[in-house]
Amino acid sequence: MSTTTVPVRPTPENAAELQAPKRRPFGVWFKDKGWRHLVGVVVTLFAIFPLLYVLSAALNSNGTLAGTKGLFTKIDFGNFINLFNDPARPFGRWFVNTLVIGVVTSAATVFLGAMAAYAFSRMRFKGRRMGLLSLLLLQMFPQLLAVVAIFLLLSGISDVIPALGLGSQLGLIMVYLGGALGVNTYLMYGFFNTIPQELDEAAKIDGASHVQIFFGIILRLVTPILAVVALLSFISISSEFVIASVVLTDPDSQTLAVGLYSFVADTRSKNWGIFSAGAVLAAVPVMALFLFLQRYIVSGLVQGGVKG
Amino acid sequence: MRVPQSTNDAGPAPRVTNGPTSPNGRATKNRAANSRHGMESLKSTMVKVVLLGLVDAFAVFVLITLFLSQSWLIMVIAAAVTLLINWIYLRKGGLPAKYLAPGVFFLVVFQVFVVLYSGYIAFTNYGDGHNSTKADAISAIQITAQKRVPDSPSFKTSVLKQNDELFLLFTNPDGTVSIGSTTKPLTAVTDAVLDGTGKAVSVPGYDTLNFAAIVANQNDILSISVPVSEDAAQGSLRTADGSTAYAFKPSMVYDAGTDTFTDVETGTTYTDNGEGAFASADGERLATGWKINVGFDNFVRAFTDPNLRAPLLNVIAWTFMFAITSVILTFGLGLFLAITFNRDDLRGKKIYRVLMILPYAFPAFLSGLVWSGILNPQFGWLNQTLLGGAEIGWLTDPILAKISVLVVNLWLGFPYMFLVCTGALQSLPAELDEAARMDGAGAWRVFRSIKLPLLLVSIAPLLIASFAFNFNNFNVIYMLTGGGPRFEDTTRDIGSTDILITLVYKVAFGQGTGRDYGLASALAIVIFIIVATVSAVSFKQTKALEEVNR
Repeated sequence: MSTTTVPVRPTPENAAELQAPKRRPFGVWFKDKGWRHLVGVVVTLFAIFPLLYVLSAALNSNGTLAGTKGLFTKIDFGNFINLFNDPARPFGRWFVNTLVIGVVTSAATVFLGAMAAYAFSRMRFKGRRMGLLSLLLLQMFPQLLAVVAIFLLLSGISDVIPALGLGSQLGLIMVYLGGALGVNTYLMYGFFNTIPQELDEAAKIDGASHVQIFFGIILRLVTPILAVVALLSFISISSEFVIASVVLTDPDSQTLAVGLYSFVADTRSKNWGIFSAGAVLAAVPVMALFLFLQRYIVSGLVQGGVKG
Repeated sequence: MRVPQSTNDAGPAPRVTNGPTSPNGRATKNRAANSRHGMESLKSTMVKVVLLGLVDAFAVFVLITLFLSQSWLIMVIAAAVTLLINWIYLRKGGLPAKYLAPGVFFLVVFQVFVVLYSGYIAFTNYGDGHNSTKADAISAIQITAQKRVPDSPSFKTSVLKQNDELFLLFTNPDGTVSIGSTTKPLTAVTDAVLDGTGKAVSVPGYDTLNFAAIVANQNDILSISVPVSEDAAQGSLRTADGSTAYAFKPSMVYDAGTDTFTDVETGTTYTDNGEGAFASADGERLATGWKINVGFDNFVRAFTDPNLRAPLLNVIAWTFMFAITSVILTFGLGLFLAITFNRDDLRGKKIYRVLMILPYAFPAFLSGLVWSGILNPQFGWLNQTLLGGAEIGWLTDPILAKISVLVVNLWLGFPYMFLVCTGALQSLPAELDEAARMDGAGAWRVFRSIKLPLLLVSIAPLLIASFAFNFNNFNVIYMLTGGGPRFEDTTRDIGSTDILITLVYKVAFGQGTGRDYGLASALAIVIFIIVATVSAVSFKQTKALEEVNR
């Protein structure tokens, strides 16, 4: 198509063709690949625009919602300075609280989940099948459905042990651990099954106890799935709003989700710049972690989700 | 098929299935083999004893507290759980239980029990004004409905503090001194220090608040009401300024014989109306009531109360529409992108992919808030900058608000579907594609008849899970629109983008209308039933449960 054997008088069109004989015409390229780039650009814009917007608002110390006309028209760090200098809005505390609650909960979740997955994967016992089935069913009912009962249960616990009741972060962590089994165990169970049984048998013949097998062999071989589960549970806990907002009432003990919401709910347009600064700081660690471990997460999702 | 695992708990290794009946000979043989691991097993035994000791110490502390507060039923249950935990970890064998117990403990308390407890609350009138027992309600009414006793003497008063609790120190007109707080009835004091005017100002063991501290704690001091005695009917002492107190008597008098309250001034009688409150003959109710079982009242009310019925039906319909449309949109876009970028020779594929995953990595609660800024009708970037100052009600018009919610949820959800679909597409064997093309099938035909059905087999369980997740997708709705714009045919705070779970939250913890835990739990139970039905039906069809049978 791009080369002609019959010599013709050079018209404008085939003159162009003759000049670049190897080049595929735009139409063909577009039909094969170009439209893919078009889709890619459009969807990428849709995906990153809100992120650019919040970044631009964070860097613009004019501050109000109405004041952010163009993107990145002004760049300074006034909002970040204001963010940390407001005693009524202890952003630093929220950040630390979220980090502590998230890390403790996800570490405990991984540990509890791994123990359960070990039992389900390596042992045969009465009620094993029922147990797995129940976990599968229970994960259809997220804890937030029972938020009223959780609130009342914790207010009951407050009367007995105030340190574990309403307003306590330890109490909140305990509530989150209620969801530690469920989907996590299921993900891990699938992964544990891929570790050859012969390994533990060999170790057992050498006289290793089940504790040694669990901590010394299995946990080391399943590290990728442990990382995935830890990360996923950290991300979901740090975004959790419903239960945290009900349990943590004192501004000093709140998490980022509760604090940033209550802050922006009343004065959405006025403090927009400061909120954006807070949002950027809250999002950056999670996003960095996510992108850094992206490969593991994707393989975990695909393995755990698609193959079970 | 795996062989049953033999287990090893501090020495002998009985088979799990055999338990303690395992033959002794084998155990002794193993013991010899284990001798060089003696130190290891001693160490793990020590760890076990220490951990169990900590758990038991905590349990004893809890049991003592429960004993002191006389919560007998909970105490018995707590004791039984403690014994069970000890039995699990101290006996030989029963290895699976040792690994499952910690997780299952939290699961049972904070996931299974709370669900059952929701079921119980759904059948009560628990909520603001119905918080506690009838006895508590009676003394609360007596304490709150107080009027100053006419012509009663005034007491010189000082405000003291001990362990963060505020106390009032009274000097009676006859010179005797007494002290008390809201929780501790009046008691006489003999070692008080008096100032020049004969007013008691301090007591050893308490800090006296100076004038500045009194001003700073004004509201707390105003709310102190010191009962004269354990019997609430005796009245109380209160101060308005932190320096003078007066005697107050209940304006409602309770008669235990007839179980009625009588208003001292008007003489109106309030009787138990059977609905957890005292009410007069003409229907006027006292604000403080108590918790009773109301049977199916909450469910009946939800579907018959004209203030609730139409909005609730709208909310249920929208919940389904939101969840289904969200799944279709995110899956559709995700699959489309997965196919579009499923080409090895596409330049910049990796960059597209990383940028497109970003919304998934962005914390979900923030996305709603950020988008609410972009879409804000008056000041939002979309109206102000992109549309040149238009005033389109992206979040305030019922239809547009719904579309906005769906678009934002698409933004949040498509990267996940993109990742999952890419994974599933790449796991399809390439031969299928080639074979079909050899037989003359076009690209569309290959996709429609071969790839899509194969894809759906592996992805269908994820679509159901995604449906269940979106059914309760609280964050995106609550952060973006707060459920608004509000319906006009109801006085309650219900709006056109509310889904069931945001409604539950607003009914239970919302501002303005008062907390109604009973109704909220009833609505939560409705969600349970819907989700259970949907997942049961769909799982049966996709046979996802076969996985477990392996």
